[in-house]
Amino acid sequence: MNLPVRARRPTGRPTRSGAAHGGLAARLREPTQVVFLALLGLVAVGYVLVALDGGQFLTMESVVGIQQRSAALGIVAIGQTLVILAGSLDLSVAYLISLASLVAAETMAGQDGNILPAVAAVLAVSMLVGLVNGLIITRLRVHAFIATLGVALVIKGVVDHLYDGPAGKVPESFQVLGYSRIGPVPVSAMLWAGVAVAAWFLLSRTRLGYRIYAVGGNEEVARLSGIRTGRVIVVTHVLCSVCAGIAGLLLAARLGAGAPTVGTDGGYDLESIAAVVLGGTALAGGKGGVAGTVGGVLLLAVLDTIFNQLEVNSFVKDVVRGVVIVIAVAVYARRGTRRPA
Amino acid sequence: MRRALPIVVVLVVLLAAIAVVNPFFLEPAGFLGFLKRAAPLVILAAGQYFVIVSGEFDLSVGSLVTAEVVIAARLIDGDESATWPVLALLIVIGLLVGLVNGVVTTKLRVPSFIVTLGMLLVLTGAVFLWTGGAPRGALSEGFRMFGRGGLGPLPWSVLILLAMGAAAIWLTRTDFGRTLIAVGDNERAAALSGVRVDRAKIFAFMLSGLAAAVAAVLLGGFAGVSAQAGQGLEFSAITAVVLGGVALGGGRGSVPAALAGAFTLEALFTLLNLYGISGALESTVQGVIIIAAVAAGAVRLPWKFTPRRGDAHAAS
Repeated sequence: MNLPVRARRPTGRPTRSGAAHGGLAARLREPTQVVFLALLGLVAVGYVLVALDGGQFLTMESVVGIQQRSAALGIVAIGQTLVILAGSLDLSVAYLISLASLVAAETMAGQDGNILPAVAAVLAVSMLVGLVNGLIITRLRVHAFIATLGVALVIKGVVDHLYDGPAGKVPESFQVLGYSRIGPVPVSAMLWAGVAVAAWFLLSRTRLGYRIYAVGGNEEVARLSGIRTGRVIVVTHVLCSVCAGIAGLLLAARLGAGAPTVGTDGGYDLESIAAVVLGGTALAGGKGGVAGTVGGVLLLAVLDTIFNQLEVNSFVKDVVRGVVIVIAVAVYARRGTRRPA
Repeated sequence: MRRALPIVVVLVVLLAAIAVVNPFFLEPAGFLGFLKRAAPLVILAAGQYFVIVSGEFDLSVGSLVTAEVVIAARLIDGDESATWPVLALLIVIGLLVGLVNGVVTTKLRVPSFIVTLGMLLVLTGAVFLWTGGAPRGALSEGFRMFGRGGLGPLPWSVLILLAMGAAAIWLTRTDFGRTLIAVGDNERAAALSGVRVDRAKIFAFMLSGLAAAVAAVLLGGFAGVSAQAGQGLEFSAITAVVLGGVALGGGRGSVPAALAGAFTLEALFTLLNLYGISGALESTVQGVIIIAAVAAGAVRLPWKFTPRRGDAHAAS
């Protein structure tokens, strides 16, 4: 994952590049590694705090809880990573998740036989939304912020118009996705891992991945180098929406039905962007990767778990979360400024 | 002003459409009522303009409005004599939040999208922590006067709107206004020509915080205390500014156009209400129209898509 980053700025730090290949210290300086260090630190702090409180932090229950809590956000955040790396962003994921959960539950209608068509329908709807997002941004030249916000409003209107509350029914066999686990690993976490590995492979081993970094780094240069930048951006938006669709399926499996507010209640739009940035991916695009995002999502989930175990007021949680996100990014920015000097 | 023309045309068309359905709209009382409803959003848009034209975002204004209304209700608690001190305090809080946003964005080099997102979380969390989950207390009559009352036939909110609008337009004509556009257009060039970039941006964030404080006073008076007072206002304000042709990423746009954008958005809401489009589908129509309007503007003007390298919010 570091490869394209380095390739993008060959003159960035000629003296250090040798060290970055071998030295552990240099590797740890990358934001994506920092987030894992922070994660370790947080787990340690959490362990101590919860122990002082008279509880036990790393129980089977809490580890499973962390994984389950982060799976849906994790999948959305992976998609968001792709879009942000390409220099865009997607604010429509939260409403798309709600829509996907409704489409899934309505199509399944409690019948085992309908699972495949339902999954296909969700994927088709998500791809369509992603395609619309991408085309509005590239063809109509609307800023991604406004374009995806507009699409979010459109989806919100449709969902609110058609549904007042939970609808549809997810058959038992599909609810397996939501809750069951193999050993300590929930199925949903494995799904998340699968999506993450696929995205990692895409970004670091395929031509499209390199193009995503190139477009995010500098769209004009990428275009002049012969990359069809519009197409790359559209593809990342389609992939991001598919991730949101998968998260919608997961949440539908968990709820046993579709719900029109499941996406917005989870705050998946801004939260997923926060997780991506927490993972060291630059909001302007071109720098970062999937590993950092996984770390960022886990960090938020561990934070949540610690607060739950200490039974801290949920409003304190928001305050701390906001502060943590800003501080983390400030630390990355500091490292970024020191290096090229 | 030339750049404001398309949005003014759209605004006039929308206003005409409203007048056709509802002739009362043409009478002074009807039109003043519209201005009164539009005032908070227009003021927020004016504040947001300064932030956006300097190349940043302010996502915290919605939560700041909520926080201010809740704080006012808790502190005043129906006590008439507390009105003025609390009003002063609200303004100070608004400026302070803007100051923090600006300082963290410029000095710690955190993208403003993240800073103000963090501020959003902190503000909502802190305020409800303080009040225990739901707004408490009540606003005094003196406080609510700004949102509801009027000087003769003229509502206070319209007068405040005029004053704020005039001040914003005046600010863009000062050195500060021109400097800010230069900063948004090319931060590095501005810095090299001797502009104190950080100071200009911090001031822009403070203006946005101030606008949110004023909008909160008007909204609190007009709509009363609720935990949802400012919900979604940040997106509405940004949308309004962009509708007015101000480029996200900075460096292009004018205050009159941003104000016209906010009026257009409010006119759109009014029109959708009048045509009885069901509450839910309203947002669908809104979304389509926003995209269409921005796309129409983009076809003629070259639109910046990605933040360029060297921009502050491209940092990290």
